[in-house]
Amino acid sequence: MSKEVRSSKIQELAYECKVEEAMTADIVTVAPSDTMVDVWMKLKDKRISGLPVVNADNLEGIISVEDFIKCIIKGRKDEQVKDIMTSDIKFIYTDEPLIHVLKKFEKHKFGRFPVKDRDTKKLVGIITKGDVIRCLLNRFEKDYYEEEAQKNKMCNIFKDIKADKTTILLKYDIKGKEFKKAGEKSSFLKNALLRLGIATDITRRIVIASMETEMNIIIFTDGGEITVSVEEDKIKVNAVDSGPGISDIEKAMLPGYSTAPDWVREMGFGAGMGLPNIKNCSDEMKINSKVGEGTNLEFIVNI
Amino acid sequence: MNIHKVKQIINAKVICGEDLLDLEVKMGCGCDLMSHILAHIESESTLLLTGLTTPQVIYASDALGLKAICFVRGKSPGDDVIKLAKERAIILMNTQLPLFESCGKLYKEGLKGISENEQRSEILKDSRTCL
Repeated sequence: MSKEVRSSKIQELAYECKVEEAMTADIVTVAPSDTMVDVWMKLKDKRISGLPVVNADNLEGIISVEDFIKCIIKGRKDEQVKDIMTSDIKFIYTDEPLIHVLKKFEKHKFGRFPVKDRDTKKLVGIITKGDVIRCLLNRFEKDYYEEEAQKNKMCNIFKDIKADKTTILLKYDIKGKEFKKAGEKSSFLKNALLRLGIATDITRRIVIASMETEMNIIIFTDGGEITVSVEEDKIKVNAVDSGPGISDIEKAMLPGYSTAPDWVREMGFGAGMGLPNIKNCSDEMKINSKVGEGTNLEFIVNI
Repeated sequence: MNIHKVKQIINAKVICGEDLLDLEVKMGCGCDLMSHILAHIESESTLLLTGLTTPQVIYASDALGLKAICFVRGKSPGDDVIKLAKERAIILMNTQLPLFESCGKLYKEGLKGISENEQRSEILKDSRTCL
């Protein structure tokens, strides 16, 4: 909704996915008393690059293929794991987002992190960059198929219709004081926009703003009309009513300023958030009002 | 947290959407002001807890894409509201607990608040270097 820096899809996914989903739960371990040759055999057999060192269920260290290579160079391949391993262990919990793992990889330059359960503090898995990539790609693929399925369902009318300019007009009559149905027209608008193939985040901004607009017309006026023009690159909403008009627009734009009667507040509206909400959701907003004549509100959301 | 667990924690009764209880919610929002809901809820995976039972609760939730609402203080909506919720596949529940206690219990069990979405933006912003 807010127009702050957008994060990339991959960042979002790395936040959504938890360590538990990506980690390898089937862990191969070595004992502190094993030799470096034992380590090598295990790494080779399983085609992995590192092992947690476990002694009687306790995680004591991490040993990697790099450690093994260093041992070979120094001719120490028969030494015990406990003398070579990294014992300053950095671990991660199952419920942390993958983004935490990525940050840890960047910070500590390790190739893998042991994963613990937050409650039992027991070692339950291990996570490498490969695990993270695999998990993100899986999620990406899943989302991609969902999106494709969604796209196929909705035709994008602007691509199908050949014209120099296509504008689709939707008109909604709003009856004043008819509170029972307040919000209904915005709900119709939501379905219409989705049906036209408008993206969900754009639809959401339009619908929030139109719901506030609809509420204002119902609460304060005897009725009006909301016209929505859907174009290829923007959606323009125009709301016109026949009075009573806003005497101080500047004040009405202040969050929390409200002239709504109590019965409106009891319905959960009239908190003075209407116009500020509309402004926040739109890329452009214009409001003209004359007391005794009515109000003309226009807002635009760019696609 | 799925709705089965929500139901259990605040001892809620399901009004409609009994077959949708596997739904996961990531955060909760307790609020009686629909404008605040419209302005502040960003994630569709938010459970709305409210004492209001008007059709506008459904319309506002629908605008935001919310899929689960729990009425507090034992309130039950009218048939018109239930019908609107059913048409939109929104789960409705009610609990005898007041708003504060319902929210408190759920928060204690790990359901996050909507301001934590802001923390999320912070974390995401902070993660640019490693992605």
